[in-house]
Amino acid sequence: MKLQTATRLGLYATLELARDPQRTLSAADLADRFGVSTHHLAKVLRTLATAGLVQGGRGAAGGYRFIGNRRRTTLMDIVALFEPVPGSRAKEPGEETAIGSALQRVLTEIDEIAEATLRSVSLETMLKHLP
Amino acid sequence: MISIRPAQASDLPAISALDARLTGTSKPDYWQDMLAPERHFLVAETERGGAPTPALAGFIAGEIRAWEFGQPAAGWVFAIQVDPTVRLEGVGTALFDALAARFKRAGVTRLRTLVDRKDHLILSFFRAQGMVAGPSLQLDMEMP
Repeated sequence: MKLQTATRLGLYATLELARDPQRTLSAADLADRFGVSTHHLAKVLRTLATAGLVQGGRGAAGGYRFIGNRRRTTLMDIVALFEPVPGSRAKEPGEETAIGSALQRVLTEIDEIAEATLRSVSLETMLKHLP
Repeated sequence: MISIRPAQASDLPAISALDARLTGTSKPDYWQDMLAPERHFLVAETERGGAPTPALAGFIAGEIRAWEFGQPAAGWVFAIQVDPTVRLEGVGTALFDALAARFKRAGVTRLRTLVDRKDHLILSFFRAQGMVAGPSLQLDMEMP
């Protein structure tokens, strides 16, 4: 399954911050940890803050900390902030044909399994089973 | 305090009632069958509000099956239900651990179950116990 870069960064940042909700990390700290662009990560952190999952300090040196609920927040909650909502996809050309609709049934099955998996894994479960 | 013990015939009315309340379907014969000796059927009880005897808080049922769908012996979890008034108090985990311990004592080291992919509550529960997608895919069809 291919996730957009913003989604992957959102998952990285949320999980890293949720490991220790008392800890504050800046966008640069997090970017260093995962070897990604600070600029891109800062944008992702703003989306996570708007969603109420993290809280950002003021100023350039201000860091972020996790303020969500580890047991209640699932991977899907984060994915949904960055990816199109399942089922909201616009129709593709050819989907109304017999072949198009048969293919769409298979793709929907894959989407449903992926969604069920992402919805079933809470941050708590992910962090509990880190290798 | 949660206590776990094997289910008995006298537990069936409470088990059946809890299941019917949660699933909307009454299936007393199914639960009766779970008392068969080859099955593992456990109940959890908790003391509540000064009641003289502990009340049913949940149950779990399973069985060890070898070569089911071509796979070596595994402990299958057929059903688990917890009274919603005592959820998030560790009843489900205590039942799961007790069943897993029984399977392990019987020489089985792999647990398996089937879950409705839209039932996020139970999927999350099994995930939290450490279960992940297994090697099989369930397939089904409506027969014409």
